Amino acid sequence: MLTYIIRRLVFAVPILIGVNLITFALFFMVNTPDDMARSQLGAKQTSAEMIAAWKQQKGYDKPLFYNEKQPGLAKFYDTLYVQESLKLFWFDFGQADDGRQISADIQQRMAPSLAIAIPTFVIGLVTNIAFALLIVLFRGSVLDTATMVVAVAIMSISGLFYIIAGQVLFSKLWHWVPISGYAEGWDSIKFMILPVMIGVFAGLGAGIRWYRSLFLEEIHKDYVRTARAKGLSEIKVLFGHVLQNGLLPILTGVVVVIPTLFMGSLIMESFFGIPGLGSYTIDAINAQDFGIVKAMVFLGSVLYIVGLILTDISYTYFDPRVRLTA
Amino acid sequence: MFYNLIKNIVIIVFSITVIGCDASRWNSPYDVDKAQEPILFNSFSSKPKHLDPVVSYNANEWAILSQIVEPPLQYHYFKRPYTLEPLTLEVMPSVTYLNAEGQPVSGTDSSEVAYSEYVFRLKPDIFFQPHPAFVKDETGALHFQNIPPAQLTEIETLADFKTLATRRLTAEDYVYAIKRMALIQNHSPILGTLQHYIVGLATFSEQMSDVSPSVKQLRDASIAGVIVDSETQWRIRIKGVYPQFLYWLSMNFFAPIPWEAEVFYDQAGLATKNISLDTYPVGTGAYQLVENNPNKQMRLVVNPHYNHGVYPGEGLPKDANPALLADAGKPLPFIKEVIYSLEKESVPLWNKFLQGYYDASGVSSDSFDQAVSVSSSGSLALTEEMREKGIQFLNTVEPSIFYFGFNMEDPVVGGYSEQQKKFRQAISIALNFEDYVSIFMNGRGIVAQGPIPPGIFGYETDEKAALNPWVYEWQTGRAQRKSIEVAKNLLAEAGYPNGRKPNGAPLVLYYDTAATGPDSKAQLNWYRKQFQKLGIELVIRATDYNRFQDKMRGAKAQLFSWGWNADYPDPENFLFLLNGNQSIVKTHGAGVNYANYDNAEFNRLFQQIKTMQNSPQRFALVQKMVKIVQEDAPWVWGVHPKSLALYHRWYHNVWANPLANNTLKYKRIDAELRDYSQRQWNRPTFWPMVLLFAVSVILFWPLRSAYRKRQQAVIVPKSSRN
Amino acid sequence: MNDFALTPLWTDWMIWGLIASFAYLGVLVRRSRQVAQQWMRIFESKLAMISAMILCIYLLIALLDSIHFQTTSAQQMTVHQSVLDKVFSHLAVGQERTYSAPFASTEHTKSLVVNQAGEMQQLRLPLKHIRQDADFSMIGQTLSAFLFASVLSGFVVGWHLLWRSRVHQCPFKDWLNQVLLGKTRLPWRTAYLTFWGLLTLFCWLWVMSHSVHVLGTDKVGSDVLYESMKSIRTGVLIGVLTTLVMLPLALFLGISAGLFKGWVDDVIQYIYTTLNSIPGVLLIAAAVLVMQVILSNHPDWFSSTEDRADIRLMFLIFILGLTSWTGLCRLLRAETLKLSAVDYVTAAKAFGVSRMTIIRRHILPNVMHIVLIAVVLDFSGLVLAEAVLSYVGVGVDPTMHSWGNMINQARLEMAREPMVWWSLFSAFIFMFVLVLAANLFSDRVQAVLDPRNQSDQLTR
Repeated sequence: MLTYIIRRLVFAVPILIGVNLITFALFFMVNTPDDMARSQLGAKQTSAEMIAAWKQQKGYDKPLFYNEKQPGLAKFYDTLYVQESLKLFWFDFGQADDGRQISADIQQRMAPSLAIAIPTFVIGLVTNIAFALLIVLFRGSVLDTATMVVAVAIMSISGLFYIIAGQVLFSKLWHWVPISGYAEGWDSIKFMILPVMIGVFAGLGAGIRWYRSLFLEEIHKDYVRTARAKGLSEIKVLFGHVLQNGLLPILTGVVVVIPTLFMGSLIMESFFGIPGLGSYTIDAINAQDFGIVKAMVFLGSVLYIVGLILTDISYTYFDPRVRLTA
Repeated sequence: MFYNLIKNIVIIVFSITVIGCDASRWNSPYDVDKAQEPILFNSFSSKPKHLDPVVSYNANEWAILSQIVEPPLQYHYFKRPYTLEPLTLEVMPSVTYLNAEGQPVSGTDSSEVAYSEYVFRLKPDIFFQPHPAFVKDETGALHFQNIPPAQLTEIETLADFKTLATRRLTAEDYVYAIKRMALIQNHSPILGTLQHYIVGLATFSEQMSDVSPSVKQLRDASIAGVIVDSETQWRIRIKGVYPQFLYWLSMNFFAPIPWEAEVFYDQAGLATKNISLDTYPVGTGAYQLVENNPNKQMRLVVNPHYNHGVYPGEGLPKDANPALLADAGKPLPFIKEVIYSLEKESVPLWNKFLQGYYDASGVSSDSFDQAVSVSSSGSLALTEEMREKGIQFLNTVEPSIFYFGFNMEDPVVGGYSEQQKKFRQAISIALNFEDYVSIFMNGRGIVAQGPIPPGIFGYETDEKAALNPWVYEWQTGRAQRKSIEVAKNLLAEAGYPNGRKPNGAPLVLYYDTAATGPDSKAQLNWYRKQFQKLGIELVIRATDYNRFQDKMRGAKAQLFSWGWNADYPDPENFLFLLNGNQSIVKTHGAGVNYANYDNAEFNRLFQQIKTMQNSPQRFALVQKMVKIVQEDAPWVWGVHPKSLALYHRWYHNVWANPLANNTLKYKRIDAELRDYSQRQWNRPTFWPMVLLFAVSVILFWPLRSAYRKRQQAVIVPKSSRN
Repeated sequence: MNDFALTPLWTDWMIWGLIASFAYLGVLVRRSRQVAQQWMRIFESKLAMISAMILCIYLLIALLDSIHFQTTSAQQMTVHQSVLDKVFSHLAVGQERTYSAPFASTEHTKSLVVNQAGEMQQLRLPLKHIRQDADFSMIGQTLSAFLFASVLSGFVVGWHLLWRSRVHQCPFKDWLNQVLLGKTRLPWRTAYLTFWGLLTLFCWLWVMSHSVHVLGTDKVGSDVLYESMKSIRTGVLIGVLTTLVMLPLALFLGISAGLFKGWVDDVIQYIYTTLNSIPGVLLIAAAVLVMQVILSNHPDWFSSTEDRADIRLMFLIFILGLTSWTGLCRLLRAETLKLSAVDYVTAAKAFGVSRMTIIRRHILPNVMHIVLIAVVLDFSGLVLAEAVLSYVGVGVDPTMHSWGNMINQARLEMAREPMVWWSLFSAFIFMFVLVLAANLFSDRVQAVLDPRNQSDQLTR
């Protein structure tokens, strides 16, 4: 098991280097160091000397991949790529263009992101499964058809509409919750209610459909027939047997998502003014802050890979038929 | 059982209602108790990048920084035209003119005067805010200059330092700030401009920047033209006559910097925790920054050592509300704490303001036009809805201009021949900025007749005399834009009848813009529509802001829009945008004359007015210059935007002064009224909740019966099979 | 004398090329009776039939909007427009000054007017391009639109009935009876009703749009109905053309990986795992930023704003295609792996049949259903993605008509008092109908073509 994990981790390294190269190439094509200097120093009255000084101070005056001026290995070492990208591997993200420490900011912003993402995820999962079970209970009836139509309708509406409508109704007209913002600790609950509700609702359509088909597959299996033959009520059959056996595919399906929760939600956070990683990323894209975007891309890739590995592990852990050979 | 259920529902609904009425502010974005204290709730939309006084130059940064640090001078809160007054000085600095040998001369005859020398005398007993940098141990050495790593790990923000101290403000702090400004490493945006004026600054900058001096080295070095006379007096010598220099002294670049602070922040461990002079400035102002979390909020609290400000008692224009003088003579500041929250989107910002959770809505946003309408007298007024809430408003024309420029080096739109002038004049008529103001700015602006905005010396207040005769006609006592037919005729005379080139091909012009924001599409369409009126096709080249600037620096744009905010209230600051020596082509991208306008007569007059003191003579010369550019039409003059501030009735002493930034100290809040109003405006609506509950209860019954039916349906066939 | 010339944009070429290749594919499918029968089963569901017709309408509008031409009138005025612009030319020309509500006769906001006496007044200005004369009656217009649509659809339906009865070699009367009772294999009754409904709606909108602004006007006074109509092209093109870009890549790489295995498989897996692991929006944002640089460095590539917006749209489609092929590629690889172990493929290999032939004969036909499912499934996602990307600021050109741009602008409008809701509402309805139809249709396609479902249905 351990060797397997290590093997997977080693396999992740080339992928991360690839990710690194792609982002590096993309961003230096878009944003030459001169551009960065100018946007940092402000629009009014920037001279060429100031730009040169800024580049030197931030280390952006080096060549991209190969430094002819340096002796020996430093030819490769003393370059922008190495300086900017390699240290990512030990999670040193360096400074943002405004001089703030990216690592410190990411740490600080992770909590609000999780405060939205985890409740949305958990409540969403529970609601989806509950509704799906309910629908399965009434399968074939009018209720089933109606719910499926509603589910498709929910899926067909852009998330932006839910957010706009939610803000207008619950905050502007009915004064139930603050329209946006965030606070630490328990105070954050009133800020979280609306985004979490919207997040759960927007995911309801796809979720119900997915879990419904999953449970329908289970319900035709023999053990269900046996349970029913024992005279168990339909509710007991569903919650006792179908849900229990369905947990494995549910679990292995969601494990891959869990690490990416750390990244936060781009749209939700910027609409609701939540100072999390999602809004951090959007701001960085708008400000063309290479350092932050690079850090976020890297972090996202790492989390994705962690998710994949976790999925594999959860398979072996819960399903004895699968064995991971080293 | 059924009765029980009904009873439960009634109880639940009732208790919700009771709780609701009691709290009545579920939607408060902050702790409701805070609303009862004299705390100002404000917002910021983009995070302040720099709060280091030598670097910071953005309006959003100055909005905070100016409350904290104090340059020697400030603008008088009320007076118009904008007037300087001493802030930390006893009196306005005195000036003596010197010849090349350093001997005083009388008068300002520029042939004789080689230098001007300003003398500054500090008020006694001004103290810095409490700060760990000033703490000394028993031996008199700074206590926190070498914090051991073990202690450093316990520190996350500046608030984690428990021992604080202060120090008296001295002349050296001001001089030290100028020395810091000279270091290229500090990226001061005004170093380039000031080294032309302050004697010895250029050489100092060159020498010291190479050394990268320590704090001690920097303290020991001196600039030839900046001399400390005593604890409370210093002198600055500048080259030639430059009356505008005093305006610079009201900017934060000249705010004092205690060297102890730099020693303190230089410690390695602090920068990695985002604690630096750039994040926690140290000053003598009315407020100190105690929390700097640009991801969420910034918090200012009163500086306990502040004692040198009183509310002004004179200078208020006659037509202003006399209640503004009610607090005259009282010691400043009134508000004890200011909380700035991050508010990136204008929509929530506006809604929270309407709900009473922000005291003022200072940001000009799209939402304003629902608040303000044009009244029958032609001026702006609040809508019914706003007046019902007791919202007040204040509008001033900002000392800035938003213009549409032609690249004068371009073969099609540029040039100085009669025909080419007519071509630009035709477009100037066609671009109907009155429409622009009413569509995109909701009336928040006045259409410009020339480069100089109102409130600045040189602006002609007589509408008829100010009229741009090439675009407007004077009709029935009002300026009237010439008709599109006139423009078409001009265009035909310029050689493009119906917007066609002489060979019959359609004329295509290119407009460069940094298109951002949801409004840009409508604006770009508007520009195209304006050109279509003349039959000209406008191609829009939209890019991001960086690219756009690049193009402008390379003089590659044909048509463009740009804006300029006054650095200081002097016509020179606007006319130099059209000075030939500032043109992009001549300066290889370093200038500010993006239109590349170059007119010998204009340039000559510019040199003349540049160093003149304000006088009727200067006024006449400025008018002459304005007439020249009106005819040449290198810009379509565009708009002077109006700033519009809405504020609630509990927010007092609000007066618009676009040049003064440190005005928070004058403002006052009636927290009781705020608390009351917030309660009134934010009663939650209950019926949807009750409805929702009722619906789910009603739905429960059919579900239950359906389930029962199903349960039987399942069982019967199975049992029959068995 | 009017000069007339076709001036197709890049994306016009692409969409018509795609239509042509789909038509060719349709002919191929018809040839094989079995496949044609199976595909026909998609339409046996009423819901799928309605959805397909709605999708067809959207596609038709997008296609009409993809025929661009220019006319030069006697006054030497050159006009670029599409066929759709021509149909709704009265809307493109009839611009108001600013906001007005649906069916309103005055502007939404008050403005300042100087009357004859020289006094300033504050009132809502009347709209310029609506009919306000006495003999104008909304009901009359509605009735006439209704009648016209009914007659026209009656004619078309009758003709179609006649044709079908010939095909089925069934007396017209019997066939009519079967259709009316809903006993035909394909739900023609539903189809005819839908056709009639859609035609009536369209006629009504068209007739009414001459007299009033049916969906109001936006900030600069453009008709919102026209804007929503024009946005259809953007949405449909992004949904459809992205797959065009994605397909060759996914097919080529997926099948190669599955068939050749070994290092080829490793490399391809590495590429798509790497791309996959980058958060999607970030990758797209980065690529769009690069694209903007390229565009601004080559101003000579386009002569007008439309060209520019069009090229940007094309790049966006390419970028979306390049970032979304990984999912399909993975599916194809797995399927190919499975197929290459099947007896007849191993046999073919053993006989030394060339790799290309194996792909063409055995692999491609057997993965086509996966491709089709992926295409219909992706469509709705891409339409929704356009809106989100425009919100983030990396979507289509801001001058382009698109739902994303409309929503983006609408956020500011919702904060006004009274609310300007009609832009958001129109974008919502137009998008919702399209995506809903696409989702319903893709459900059906999946149900019919996915072999897993078939086995399910068999056991059931």
